[in-house]
Amino acid sequence: MTTVPAVSAVRGTLAIRSEDLCRHYRMGENVIRAVDGVSLEVQSGEFVALLGSSGSGKSSVLNLIAGLDRPTSGTIVVQDRDLAKLSREELAKYRLHVVGMVFQSFNLIASMTVAENVELPLRFAEVDRGRRAALAQEALARVGLKARMDHRPSELSGGEQQRAALARALINRPKLLLADEPTGNLDSHTGTEIMDMVRDFNRELGMTVLMVTHERALAERYAQRMIFLADGKLIDDRPNDPRLFPGGRP
Amino acid sequence: MKIPDLTELALRNLRESLLRNSLTTVGISVGVASLVAMLSLGTGLQQMLSRRLEKSGLFDTVFVSSRRDLRGGRQEERAGPTPGESRVLDEAARAEMEHLPNVKEVYPDIRFSTELQFDDKPHLTMISALPLSAKSNDSFDGMQGRFFSSDSAPEVILQKSFAEELLGKTPPLGAPEPSVAELAKPLLGKELTMHYAQRGESADQTPAPGPENKDSEPVGASYSVVSREQKLTIVGIADLDPESMRGPMRARVFLPLGLAEGLHVMQLVDLREISRAASKQAVYSSISVRVKDPSRIQGVEDAIKKMGFTTFSILDASRSLQQVFRVLYAFLGIFGSLALIVASIGIVNTLVMAILERRREIGIMKAIGASDADVKKLFFAEAGAMGIAGGIIGVALGWAIGQVINFGTNLWLKSQSIPPEHFWAVPLWLVAFAIGFACFVSLVSGLYPAGRAARLDPVQALRYE
Repeated sequence: MTTVPAVSAVRGTLAIRSEDLCRHYRMGENVIRAVDGVSLEVQSGEFVALLGSSGSGKSSVLNLIAGLDRPTSGTIVVQDRDLAKLSREELAKYRLHVVGMVFQSFNLIASMTVAENVELPLRFAEVDRGRRAALAQEALARVGLKARMDHRPSELSGGEQQRAALARALINRPKLLLADEPTGNLDSHTGTEIMDMVRDFNRELGMTVLMVTHERALAERYAQRMIFLADGKLIDDRPNDPRLFPGGRP
Repeated sequence: MKIPDLTELALRNLRESLLRNSLTTVGISVGVASLVAMLSLGTGLQQMLSRRLEKSGLFDTVFVSSRRDLRGGRQEERAGPTPGESRVLDEAARAEMEHLPNVKEVYPDIRFSTELQFDDKPHLTMISALPLSAKSNDSFDGMQGRFFSSDSAPEVILQKSFAEELLGKTPPLGAPEPSVAELAKPLLGKELTMHYAQRGESADQTPAPGPENKDSEPVGASYSVVSREQKLTIVGIADLDPESMRGPMRARVFLPLGLAEGLHVMQLVDLREISRAASKQAVYSSISVRVKDPSRIQGVEDAIKKMGFTTFSILDASRSLQQVFRVLYAFLGIFGSLALIVASIGIVNTLVMAILERRREIGIMKAIGASDADVKKLFFAEAGAMGIAGGIIGVALGWAIGQVINFGTNLWLKSQSIPPEHFWAVPLWLVAFAIGFACFVSLVSGLYPAGRAARLDPVQALRYE
């Protein structure tokens, strides 16, 4: 069995560092500069929002940090791993043990029950069946879905599906939670529920959170820092103004 | 991923597209059934022929003769002791051969020409002695009556043409022959009288002095020949062709071996071994040695050659036959495999379709930590599962086809008054081979789709709707 590393994030240490990060695509004779020289740093335990309009390159940056894509040039170091230098196999292990991902469209496997979806990363980590079931139950209980564990995703509401996706992202106790428009397909009430959960994980588990969103209000409400992208470039990186939340962030 | 998890996921995925995967599996089954049908026909034919040959006593028998009888012969036979020095084929040699490993039975070739009297008419013919084990010989398959009741029973089995002669029914050339049943009716249970010459005891056997008489053969021995009679009951009429027979079967009348040995009939070999003919010790012109398993024949043959005798077996013919069957197998296997190869294209198609359909799912799995190897193994497992299922169903289908054809053919054989045959065999090795081969072909078919699925770019796959 592969051991799943526990979260030992220490606030103040560097979780993510990118230097002159580029991701260019060739489309015929044109070169699309999806990410163009982005340099940023995220501290462990920080809650950072990546903001920008459609096509600004925020999801591309997230994919590079998630190890789903490789940079054309530049450096990206996550938890002391230079992702550009990792092999495909090492990247898969990195995604399995270091990163948890939540998507706008939930990305649950329709043919599996909620519990099976949640414990799927543990299958890849070769965790024993019994322990897998226990961890899946625990994760589903944390997101309030224990009663729906034997349901198929199609039998769940959007909010429930996103909660199941959150449980799946947390099952391996990752150090980094990457959320790509997590409330994009949800109504505002459900979106708030989900974001409250993400904030709780950030605070209680010390998990670094990097969230892509185009909703500035959402970022201002939950993130400690906001990074703005436009045309693949980082145009602004600033802490969330505490004066907006006189009583502290909710 | 662990194998049980892999299997579980693969089976789940196969269930998701049940109809398409079932049809692909049926395709594999048909391919395997065709392969099994072809190879089981080849195996069945080989087994049938082996049974026939085994029953003929050809393939498990070494024919032994003394080098004393050689007059010329092949180079290899001329090697070793000269005929004059070589051993005599007597009871001692027979006993020695009986104790060789893998020897089932040793019996002498007792054949002599004598007169048989039936209805007061004399008939000169060749008589041969048979052991009781000859009962299973295919030469007696269509026999009317029965085989000898015991090894020393005063009973006789007649060859068909001799029966015709006894009844005066020998057909003119080209005329239709009477059936064995027609001949058996008036003859079975009737008595024959055999007149024969019995070897007598020697009263004057003085060993000659000098080292040249290594066998201690008495010199100047005399022997007596006593004329004897033996009543014999006709118990069977067999449709044998004496010209095509070998060894002890080359005769027209057969006696039980024990009876023949007890009669001490003077044989041609006795005239050559004149001194021994006078003694109680029997000397044989040849001996048949039956081995437990045709594959052991070479060892037994070599051991007998070392004893100083000349041997003959049709082991070489058996080897050639095996080669013919290997070629037949190869051809049947190739033709049988064609359908399986066509089915393998179905597997490739099914899995490539599955990749297209499950593109997003593959992307999700990669995003949450599946490695390329995990994805590849999953598609391999799906291909392998279809191969195993197709193999098992195909073997059952091939077996069923074989049974139906066997049944139908035997019905036809029966209508032609030919005894039924089992010429279809599905041995265990064929079952294992067919399932293994189906699995192998499926895995090879899964190579390309699995590789393609593993190489999928997760970002592209996640964007796929």
